[in-house]
Amino acid sequence: MTFDFSALFRAIPSLFWGATVTVRVTGLSIALGMVIGIIAGLARVWPNMALRGISSAYIELIRGTPLLVQIFIVYFGLPALGLNLDPFIAGVIAMGINSGAYIGEIVRGGIESVAKGQMEAARSLGLTYVQAMRHIILPQATNRILPAMGNEFIALLKDSSLVSTIAIAELTRTGQIIITRTFKSFEIWIGVAMFYFIMTYAISRIVKFSEKRLRYSE
Amino acid sequence: MSEWAVEVKNLRKSFDSNLVLDDVSLRVHFGEVVAIIGASGSGKSTFLRCLNGIEDIQGGEILIDGVNIHAPSVNLNKVRQSIGMIFQSFNLFPHMNVINNLVLAPVKVKKMSQKEAEEISLKFLNKVGLGEKAQASPSQLSGGQKQRVAIARALAMSPKVMMFDEPTSALDPETVKDVLDVMKELAIEGMTMVVVTHEMGFAREVADRVVFIDNGKIVEIGTPQEIFYSPRNERTRMFLSKVINI
Ligand SMILES: Nc1ncnc2c1ncn2[C@@H]1O[C@H](COP(=O)(O)OP(=O)(O)OP(=O)(O)O)[C@@H](O)[C@H]1O
Ligand SMILES: [Mg+2]
Repeated sequence: MTFDFSALFRAIPSLFWGATVTVRVTGLSIALGMVIGIIAGLARVWPNMALRGISSAYIELIRGTPLLVQIFIVYFGLPALGLNLDPFIAGVIAMGINSGAYIGEIVRGGIESVAKGQMEAARSLGLTYVQAMRHIILPQATNRILPAMGNEFIALLKDSSLVSTIAIAELTRTGQIIITRTFKSFEIWIGVAMFYFIMTYAISRIVKFSEKRLRYSE
Repeated sequence: MSEWAVEVKNLRKSFDSNLVLDDVSLRVHFGEVVAIIGASGSGKSTFLRCLNGIEDIQGGEILIDGVNIHAPSVNLNKVRQSIGMIFQSFNLFPHMNVINNLVLAPVKVKKMSQKEAEEISLKFLNKVGLGEKAQASPSQLSGGQKQRVAIARALAMSPKVMMFDEPTSALDPETVKDVLDVMKELAIEGMTMVVVTHEMGFAREVADRVVFIDNGKIVEIGTPQEIFYSPRNERTRMFLSKVINI
């Protein structure tokens, strides 16, 4: 078997377009996941039993079921309730809800990793719980959760290949389409892998860079 | 101003079924320095933590300058502004430089202007001898310097009472003196202070009264003279013979 480089080269422009869709789906999902995750993470440690319970149920439920199934539930399930969603929107919603749970756990871990004395010192000065969270706990937690957050972004970018199943023409789906035309599956999948790798590598560099920028010595 | 800076009536505190403070009563005058001594685990830290409401209580009353801190109408955040709390482990905020550690509470809690808060903060940093460290990061300071910054940070809120929980026990011996000197100066200036300490020398020299806590109960209260030279209670005598011989 020979490796057909020209088939790979010819596919690059299409794969590139697929990759931009992957970036858009992932980027929007992360934005949604961050909003949900920060709320869920805070709720997990908030001194209110009901909030803690709701948040913990959400996190357990999402982490205990496959993302693919969650995507199907949003895309095929919601229309049954009279809510017809564009595949792209459905994908972003499903992935955002999914990453919100993981980010929620990361945020909770970060908050809990800040020494208990920090909250006590802040409250002793008269700061409210919310002020102490905002000015003392969260800034320190942010610093500690950056590496885990980077891993979550990378995982989500890779998992975004699952939305190919609901006909979003992202990178994986684009690869599949090209293969049905050219039958060059080995070459095209190598090309797809390269594009994923370039994107995940870029994220890990960006995260490393911001870690350095934000670091303070303790 | 009420008659007492701190008034504790029949305080009871337990963790689950473990009774840690049992019917503790204490009154502290304005301008008075009270030292609290006692064995490890006797409840000294818990007592201080109850006084500013970090720990909830199971019985009794705590009044700070006449205000019952657990009364429904009382805002605990407000009460805490008037109580400076110094911890064994300093608890400086590591993500802020020294001056910002001080400025934070006056600005966020007292809504002071940034400029005014900085002026006041610098004044107190100078008072504890660390004016030149204003821009330093807490990680660049020695333990003694950190504790002095923590004291300055508390003072910047103009507290009515300062509480110290073994402020020097995490320090290298050579930096202990600097912290004790700052505390002595505060005492001389008339600050009301409640100090949990194992520095018997400090208690003897600076305190107006010494409180001996054993097993969650106040066993004996007296002047340093009475407690250290003629303790009436057998347990006080035993405790002192242990710590003073060491
Ligand atoms: N958060 C907590 N949960 C459960 N038990 C606690 C807690 N904090 C303190 N205790 C218990 O309360 C008792 C008194 O503790 P405390 O820390 O007040 O003693 P202490 O006199 O300050 O001792 P030390 O000199 O070692 O600091 C101990 O038996 C301790 O185990
Ligand atoms: Mg203690």
